Amino acid sequence: MARNKEGLVLVLDVGPTMHAVLPEVEKVCSMLVQKKMIFSKNDEVGLVVFGTKDTNNELTNEVGGYEHVMVLRNIKVVDGNLVEALQQLPRGSIHGDFIDAVVVGMDMLIKKYGQTNKGKKRLCLLTNAASPTKDPYDGTKEDQVNTIAEQMRAHGMKMDCIVVRVTQDLDVDKKILEENDYLLNAFSYKSSTKTVHVDSPTSLLGALRTRNISPVTIYRGDFEMSSKMKIKVWVYKKTSEEKFPTLKKYSDKAPPTDNFATHEIKVDYEYKSIEDPNKSVPPEQRIKGYRYGPQVVPISSAELEAFKFKPEKSVKLLGFTDDSNIMRHYYMRDVNIFIAEPGNTKAIVAVSALARALKEMNKVAIVRCVWRRGQGNAVVGVLTPNVSDKHHIPDSFYFNVLPFAEDIREFQFPSFSNLPSSMQPNEQQQEAADKLVQMLDLAPTGKEVLRPDLTPNPVLERFYHCLEVKSKQQDAAVPPLDETLRKITEPDPELISQNKAVIDEFHRCFELKENPKLKKSSRRLLKEKPTGSNEEGLGSVAVQAIDAIEYTSRVKVEKIGDLDPVQDFEAMMSRRDGTEWVNKAIQDMKNKIFDMVENSFEGDTYHKALECLVALRKGCILEQEPKQFNDFLHHLVKFCQEKDLKSFGEYLASHEITLISKKEAPDSEISEEDAKSFIVKREPKAEN
Amino acid sequence: MDIDPDDVFRDDEDPENELFQERDSTKEMLVYLVDASPKMFSTTCPSEDQKDVTHFQVAVSCIAQSLRTQIINRSYDEVAICFFNTRERKNLQDSNNVYVFNVPEREELDRPTARLIKEFDSIEESFSKEIGSKYGILPGFRDNSLYNALWVAQALLRKGSAKTAEKRILLFTNEDDPFGNIKGMTKMDMTRTTLQRAKDAQDLGISIELLPLTRPDDEFNVSLFYADLLGLEGTNLTQFKALVGERFEDMKDQLRKRMFRKRKIRRLKFIITDAISIEVNTYALVRPTNPGTITWLDSVTNLPLKTDRSFICADTGALVQGTPKLFQTYKNESIMFSTDELSEIKRVSTGPLRLLGFKPLSCLKDYHNLKPSTFVFPSDEEVVGSTCIFIALHRSMLRLKRCPLSF
Repeated sequence: MARNKEGLVLVLDVGPTMHAVLPEVEKVCSMLVQKKMIFSKNDEVGLVVFGTKDTNNELTNEVGGYEHVMVLRNIKVVDGNLVEALQQLPRGSIHGDFIDAVVVGMDMLIKKYGQTNKGKKRLCLLTNAASPTKDPYDGTKEDQVNTIAEQMRAHGMKMDCIVVRVTQDLDVDKKILEENDYLLNAFSYKSSTKTVHVDSPTSLLGALRTRNISPVTIYRGDFEMSSKMKIKVWVYKKTSEEKFPTLKKYSDKAPPTDNFATHEIKVDYEYKSIEDPNKSVPPEQRIKGYRYGPQVVPISSAELEAFKFKPEKSVKLLGFTDDSNIMRHYYMRDVNIFIAEPGNTKAIVAVSALARALKEMNKVAIVRCVWRRGQGNAVVGVLTPNVSDKHHIPDSFYFNVLPFAEDIREFQFPSFSNLPSSMQPNEQQQEAADKLVQMLDLAPTGKEVLRPDLTPNPVLERFYHCLEVKSKQQDAAVPPLDETLRKITEPDPELISQNKAVIDEFHRCFELKENPKLKKSSRRLLKEKPTGSNEEGLGSVAVQAIDAIEYTSRVKVEKIGDLDPVQDFEAMMSRRDGTEWVNKAIQDMKNKIFDMVENSFEGDTYHKALECLVALRKGCILEQEPKQFNDFLHHLVKFCQEKDLKSFGEYLASHEITLISKKEAPDSEISEEDAKSFIVKREPKAEN
Repeated sequence: MDIDPDDVFRDDEDPENELFQERDSTKEMLVYLVDASPKMFSTTCPSEDQKDVTHFQVAVSCIAQSLRTQIINRSYDEVAICFFNTRERKNLQDSNNVYVFNVPEREELDRPTARLIKEFDSIEESFSKEIGSKYGILPGFRDNSLYNALWVAQALLRKGSAKTAEKRILLFTNEDDPFGNIKGMTKMDMTRTTLQRAKDAQDLGISIELLPLTRPDDEFNVSLFYADLLGLEGTNLTQFKALVGERFEDMKDQLRKRMFRKRKIRRLKFIITDAISIEVNTYALVRPTNPGTITWLDSVTNLPLKTDRSFICADTGALVQGTPKLFQTYKNESIMFSTDELSEIKRVSTGPLRLLGFKPLSCLKDYHNLKPSTFVFPSDEEVVGSTCIFIALHRSMLRLKRCPLSF
């Protein structure tokens, strides 16, 4: 048995109240198995669902009970079939008992591994814990949980509980929820169980660690406060970026009959003398050269070794400072955590005392760290206190690396208050900004959405998803970004629509326009893609940046389609390779709007038509074509009255679509009052 | 360029790295134009070790320090050092009172070399003997040392195209009224020609930056002459502050900050809402400095080696031509990806920076950190109104103790 392989049983609630989140459960569990197939191919996984009408498990055969718990797969090495099974979880119809299911899962692990594989056995329970559990034959439910937890500990089993409650107004008894939470908590105290509460499908995708990384200390030893006072500490990584997997280069040279071909490519470097390009210089004749201006200074490895800094392994306190002296933006790298040596009471008390003193006095500690002997670079960093609010978790410190003088560039920027008054927001604008900041709240009433520890990296998720798709069909196109993941890359549409008034007010208060002083040719950000110009030293980076912005307009749009008319319209309006595009865009858009209004069924296209109309209005202001829009709006409203489509007229009125006034576009013949009263005037007629 | 093997294995096209790394595609061409008039030697400021330091010494020591940074960090930049108001003259135009300092094996405007740094370090010892200080604008003479200096500097910067290089003149002086001792028509005439000279240089894409040295009791009055030369108006003029340093160290520090050109990482569109996108610039203020790339040399001849990289098939040993496809082993199969597909996978958002909402500052924990930060500052260069929106949001966030979350 491979030493490092993990045995895992997924225990999934598929009862009726779980149906809404099951798609995400399927995604996160199959992702877990997929990653195992890449990074730990020998791991073994079993699958248990509960809340099903049927029952299928060994315990029910052996001792009876344990109904509505189904073992879908015994503990086996991970494979593609498991991924598929996880992507089609059954929808159960019974409210299941999670304690029963946990016992079934535990039984599977015990039968499979017995006393072996300690610390590598894991249960993963995924439920909303909203259904009542049965009373045990003897003792209380709490006694039962204690017994189970005791067994888990004895067998060196761990458990992850993920409690999903997306909507608070579940139609269930509060008492049951409270009781279940209490029982789950009891697991945490009595065994190595970690419980995570999740309240959105997006967080669910991040709640289950899909890749198992065993914690490794980067340092174990003294934290020297002074030459006399030393605290034993262990240092772990707290955060670390999960990188995009490094793909190998593929070679098709091996004959197709060769089943053992690796298809890998080795990269080979050959160093050749400049004088004689045919002569290869052997490694021992090579010497490293460091650039100093136009010169190159050769430094042999012996010399390098001689002046290399070889510090002793140590972590030393340099001193304390007010936390306000250490700016958040100084943090250079991923973060470590310092804990007292486990089981060492003196060290735990010392770390705790220090952490609490720092917190109380708003101070931080500056330390110098050499994690390993001979490590070429010592780092200086800051320790910030992490005072625990749970009595069974001791206090600790977070460690962040600070920059050296060479790492800081002191560019000077004008203070905002010194900028000219034309750039200063007025009272009304400031108020609108205040509202926006207040209302686009991602942590209303303490319930934070997009918590970093529950938010998966959409790029990685997409890669693994794509990998699975391609494993079934090699030439499959890259699938679009999952809808649930889109909530990470774009603002939540619900949050936006709830705060429409605030956002609209913000739009009204601020005005953006292109800098008129800029020559058309150099105007890029809003309009065109540059033709490889090199302005401001941005070079290729700028080009890529603009590409990303204008990614949609890279394909030259020639007509307005049905899929995203607004985007097509904007892309066409910004085409600069001919003057005819603006007119064509406006004309096409008008036709599109007419079509939508005319073909609507009970107003189903009104919203889209309105969006198009707004875009058209904006475009006509930008391009100084107010008459085109004003005439069209008159025409449209008249058309609606004649064709008995007054509801659209009302719809427009309720969204305050007005004519373009002189104020917005100097060429307009409509005064501001007339523009505003346009819809209002029409209204009585529309109600005829 | 030679390839460093370590470099090759890095992820070639990681879009995140683009945002993170500062790439300098243009080089800088820089003329340090230093006033060497007697006033630069007679005005002093106290230093930490109680010795008085002249303004000339301040300027020279700043330049020396800057050269040391440049040769390591930006060794492809080209620099020239030029004194004006000198007794001797040395320049291609043979103009009076201008002395271009240089060392052998180097053009006048060229990359800094070890020798340049070394000899410039001892300039103070040889200065009075070899170059000498003498004010070049005197009543009764037609000489105009400032005009000559700008002319020489501009000529030095004639090399290279303004499109591929950024050209700058850094002018160190403590004289706010260079034509103060001239009267009447001559003064007007000199002022006019000098301003025209400066404007010509600016029209050629050369930026002239003034680093005025001053004392607390004797303020540098920029409006006497230099405001016109630099084209300062209105708010820019009031914002222009002379370097007021009590101590030499302060002054040196301030000079150092100003000499650095702010280098953008890139300009971004920051999408606030569907309808409002503002323009921001990003800057790398904190980045780890590494000891620089290495070049392999032949230890016998000390000549650089040419690196040949070849792809070799691990199964057959055959040479593989062209860009190979990439693969990931999965379910015992090789799943292939083209580079296009990989970049499509990585492209998960429409814009580089899109606002998702705001969180209380307390949600940002000390352990929420992976990489050094990037500084974001608004710009109205292309989209007027960006700064106003940025300031309003910034103030709201400060007041409400919130931080924005963006993707």
